[in-house]
Amino acid sequence: MQLPVINIAAAEPKKGGCSAGSCGSTDKQMDHLPEHIRQKVFNHPCYSEEAHHYFARMHVAVAPACNIQCNYCNRKYDCANESRPGVVSELHHPVQAVKKVLAVAATIPQMTVLGIAGPGDPLANPERTFETFRMLSEQAPDIKLCVSTNGLSLPEEVEQLSQYNIDHVTITINCVDPDVGAQIYPWIFWKNKRIKGREAAEILIAQQQKGLEMLVAKGILVKVNSVMIPGVNDKHLEEVSKIVKGKGAFLHNVMPLISEAEHGTFYGLTGQRGPTNEELQALQDACEGDMNMMRHCRQCRADAVGLLGEDRGSEFTMDKVEQMEINYPEAMKMRAEVHAAINEELESKRLAKEAKVQVVNIQGLKKKETTRPVLMAVATKGGGIINEHFGHAGEFLIYEASSDGVRFIGHRKTTPYCEGDISCGDGESVLDKTLKVLAGCEAVLCSKVGYEPWGPLEAAGIQPNGEHAMEPIEDAVLKVYEEMRVAGKLETTVDEQQKVA
Amino acid sequence: MALEIIELCTNCWACEPLCPSKAIYEAKPHFLIDADKCNECSGDFEDSQCASICPIEGAILNEDGVPMNPPGSLTNIPLQKLAA
Ligand code: SF4
Ligand code: SF4
Ligand code: SF4
Repeated sequence: MQLPVINIAAAEPKKGGCSAGSCGSTDKQMDHLPEHIRQKVFNHPCYSEEAHHYFARMHVAVAPACNIQCNYCNRKYDCANESRPGVVSELHHPVQAVKKVLAVAATIPQMTVLGIAGPGDPLANPERTFETFRMLSEQAPDIKLCVSTNGLSLPEEVEQLSQYNIDHVTITINCVDPDVGAQIYPWIFWKNKRIKGREAAEILIAQQQKGLEMLVAKGILVKVNSVMIPGVNDKHLEEVSKIVKGKGAFLHNVMPLISEAEHGTFYGLTGQRGPTNEELQALQDACEGDMNMMRHCRQCRADAVGLLGEDRGSEFTMDKVEQMEINYPEAMKMRAEVHAAINEELESKRLAKEAKVQVVNIQGLKKKETTRPVLMAVATKGGGIINEHFGHAGEFLIYEASSDGVRFIGHRKTTPYCEGDISCGDGESVLDKTLKVLAGCEAVLCSKVGYEPWGPLEAAGIQPNGEHAMEPIEDAVLKVYEEMRVAGKLETTVDEQQKVA
Repeated sequence: MALEIIELCTNCWACEPLCPSKAIYEAKPHFLIDADKCNECSGDFEDSQCASICPIEGAILNEDGVPMNPPGSLTNIPLQKLAA
């Protein structure tokens, strides 16, 4: 049996006379999903740029062992699948982990999802992983569980997985071709032997695909992560995307290889580079025709706590948790109220957005011209509005405006240009980094831009803009785009008859 | 005959559940093998299980003190890069 996820585009009802669902505000991650899946994931912080400003997730590190080796991983540190290499988590026994989860959930009611992602492979540590899941299912039924795996032992564990409140499983699939795989995985541990080379990759790939099929057959949502490794699997990932979609994965997340020599990984030490922002975006675009792409993934640490992009882990170290008295049944009531309020807000936002799409469609009918797409960077603290100073932004969200509307492209990290208001000692080189990070963007929208970075930004072809502070991001991006059009900055081409129903 | 875990071990737990003789135990600062219990998996498996899953080169030694997984053998990292 397959979930009716396979043809996401076809399954989607055409609304408001829009041909491809790509007019007005487009949020490709969510709006294209069939309703029952959207319902299931809409308050999952990892799945939508929107939700992650409201809901939080956490990971616990209960699974240290791994049964394979990836060339981007240094096994002295956390699994690089889901976390930045080079940071070591505090390892927990299941009982401690559960205690920590309850403490966090009672303190941060927005915490809705608990993930086990490492530091090794959760399914290579089945006792510890399932012990944690079992206790949480009993004690905190309002928390969704998710798990990430390299897939090697997935088929053997599907039955057990299906017994818990597992929201979704993430499989890291970097290839479907063993010759490609041999360049990514030096060995696997399989049937009591260490197996190397192409044979290892062949077994791993077969297990991943089998596991994917089995999960889909059980009705468990499957997300696929891929690490983009230029020159190794970059071209190949388009095919991976097609295949995993065909088998029923509901989301594909292409992440850039992170490799620095000091991480001590094979790729780091042999000079294998990661993709540029442009290369990553081009691949995500190429895959998107076939598959929902996840563009806001921040590759958070395996022990991260809090809203995406923030880490409150230091408030919940084990010694602090041990001191806390948690009455979870009480906390659960409070949590339910908070969740209801957030859901209401999200729902009203969504309805407002839909209403806007209709309006844009009607206006769209008059305009027969297509203007070129423009990338813009946005500084935000969350909440979907422009509310961050240029100098304080640790990351920028990248949006693409075109005659089809606005869509979220991804996020790019940087070092805040100015950590405080006065002491911008190292400001110069940090600004250079930010300029590089913003390459390709033609405007940067923030609540405020200082005098100093203004000139260099303009010189780099990036128009600083502080005029839309506190406005909703997509509205502001559209306005700026419209201003550019009026100013004749968007050379127009006549469209071959807009397709409208 | 017995294998030995040395300080390079990262306490990843991978080996412990695999040992057919229950010779491996958690200890500080790192896992250890009980030399009286370890029989190098003879009779149970062709390869010693701990050394077949251990991801850390040099963490497990044979009875002559030689690494079961010498530098570069697991990661394929060229030796001159490892040294650097
Ligand atoms: S699956 Fe994760 S922990 Fe295992 S080698 Fe790969 S990145 Fe490292
Ligand atoms: S060699 Fe075999 S018996 Fe000895 S410690 Fe390793 S797994 Fe156990
Ligand atoms: S597998 Fe190796 S690194 Fe992991 S605990 Fe055993 S000896 Fe230590």
